[in-house]
Amino acid sequence: MHQAGYEPWSAERASQIIETHRDMAGAAMPILHAIQEAFGFVPEPVVPMIAESLNLSRAEVHGVVTFYHDFRREPPGRHVIKLCAAEACQSMGSDALSDYAQERLGLEMGETSADGRVTLEPIFCLGLCACAPAAMIDGRLVGRLDRETIDELVAEANR
Amino acid sequence: MSTARIFVPNDATALACGADRVARTLAEALAARGTEARIVRNGSRGLFWLEPLVEVETPAGRVSYGPVKPSDIPALLDAGMLEGKDHPLCLGLVEEIPYLKKQTRLTFARCGIIDPLSLDDYKAHGGYKGLAKAVEIGPSATVEEVFQSGLRGRGGAGFPTGIKWRTVAATSADQKYIVCNADEGDSGTFADRLIMEADPFCLIEGMTIAGLAVGATKGYVYCRSEYPLSLAVMDKAIAIARKAGLLGDNVLGSGLSFDMEMRMGAGAYVCGEETALLESLEGKRGVVRAKPPLPAIKGLFQKPTVINNLISLATVPVILEKGGAFYRDFGMGRSRGTMPIQLAGNIKHGGLFETAFGISLGELVNDIGGGTASGRPVKAVQAGGPLGAYLPVHQFDTPFDYEAFAAKDALIGHGGIVVFDDTVDMAHMARFAMEFCAHESCGKCTPCRIGSTRGKETLDKIMAGERREANLAILTDLCHTMKLGSLCALGGFTPYPVMSALTHFPEDFGASPKLPMAAE
Repeated sequence: MHQAGYEPWSAERASQIIETHRDMAGAAMPILHAIQEAFGFVPEPVVPMIAESLNLSRAEVHGVVTFYHDFRREPPGRHVIKLCAAEACQSMGSDALSDYAQERLGLEMGETSADGRVTLEPIFCLGLCACAPAAMIDGRLVGRLDRETIDELVAEANR
Repeated sequence: MSTARIFVPNDATALACGADRVARTLAEALAARGTEARIVRNGSRGLFWLEPLVEVETPAGRVSYGPVKPSDIPALLDAGMLEGKDHPLCLGLVEEIPYLKKQTRLTFARCGIIDPLSLDDYKAHGGYKGLAKAVEIGPSATVEEVFQSGLRGRGGAGFPTGIKWRTVAATSADQKYIVCNADEGDSGTFADRLIMEADPFCLIEGMTIAGLAVGATKGYVYCRSEYPLSLAVMDKAIAIARKAGLLGDNVLGSGLSFDMEMRMGAGAYVCGEETALLESLEGKRGVVRAKPPLPAIKGLFQKPTVINNLISLATVPVILEKGGAFYRDFGMGRSRGTMPIQLAGNIKHGGLFETAFGISLGELVNDIGGGTASGRPVKAVQAGGPLGAYLPVHQFDTPFDYEAFAAKDALIGHGGIVVFDDTVDMAHMARFAMEFCAHESCGKCTPCRIGSTRGKETLDKIMAGERREANLAILTDLCHTMKLGSLCALGGFTPYPVMSALTHFPEDFGASPKLPMAAE
């Protein structure tokens, strides 16, 4: 089963994405973002395809994929909860809320549940530092977090 | 009576606090009551503790209500919100709210007032006057105006913007670039985000002026991926500007061309460092480059490049519109103009406060910010992001100024101030600084790559009470090496939070008062 909202892997579709972006200056990053947007992660077979298209070595493309925290090498859960772990959120008790979320979901930070339902991750700053602690669930921003809002996020992810 | 206009911000902080639900509930309630009114999605004023802050246009001015919950809407309408009438959530005229009234808004003059994607609104509030002036006086006079303003890099390094521009203008090449650093990764900062979401044309105008001034025809905004709304608003604004002939060939009849596009980062903090950012824009790993050559000589794709912080570029339009001398008259010492200071973390009145340099840290935290949100005593503030020092309360007389902070082994950075109350464990924060550096190090230089990991391990030992004195000496020595031996500010400045925590709060490191605590 592929992840909700994402397309199943298709080399043809990947070629098309690469083709659309390859003439941009510094095309590797826009291509990788577009690949991840389509498939939810950067599948391994796409690496040599990008390398060939941009006249780079596989090692160079692999180097780019692995350098950036955003690029996933495995599919994410159907819901992704990102809890901010940076200083401003820490000053408002994010560490304890993070422990609570991990306990509620039965996941460690960075893990995806075995049923593929939810991924829990830290994020370093959403720019919501004046309404900390902050989180993002499936791209939606949530500020002024407390245990009650964590419960709501967990319920949303379990739906 | 003409149709009332109601403003509900479309800003990441406002959205995180429920602004979309407020706008939706309001629209439904208005429809159900058969009331004519237009909901405008403005940017935020930056008074974030009041978000969602709803404003209503009245003959007397814009009356504000906040923070508004969807469930408040019926009562607000019953109370006569559309006529600006009173209600427990009513804050009066928004311009009269002391937090806003005390500010000097030059860079952020339009934020929250206009519809971010209305070019007419932008122009009606002074927009594109700076570019018109730049076209009128020509490239070299434009560069001089920026130089005369005393504007310094708002990313933290504080390098004079005019000198960067002069260098690029004087370097001949077949292609030059303007790069905007919008990789605002410092915790406690949101100034770039506020501009992009509240006044995107201001950045576009600033970059266009820069392009025309130095002879660059192409601009890139490198925006962090954690800001999806900013990216979306900017993309739309760029398309609108292009359609209106404000980007592209023959900008405002100048005979010069300039166009720009957005590029998205991918979660690497180090890409806020200018050379790592350029590498990333080129599609490579965000590994720091050794300088020289300076980006002004060999920058993006080895071409002369102006790389400026977003706030520096967004300040250029007002400098051109009102003149370098006007801007220079604000501030103190060598810190000229205004700084958008971002009050964040455990603070009662968190938000953006733009003011002339020189205001004291204590005034910002206590008088403007209202102290902690928790109501407990302030223990320390971290100024300047994850690489900035922790300042204790006894240093609250420090004026907000590049040099005054540097004299205290601190930095103003991008203007973020994160407040912590007395429950914070400073040894834990010092450890976090090392851990963050280890997590984000690009790996090019040894002091940063290895030093940060060893630093974290050493702090673990100190916190466990293991050979404390000896390990504190090792930590101090390690910080010294990182500070002097790292290639960029990531490894070079991580010692600031670590050493300031140790210097000012030795008790949190389980120490007796007498420590081998060389504070530099």
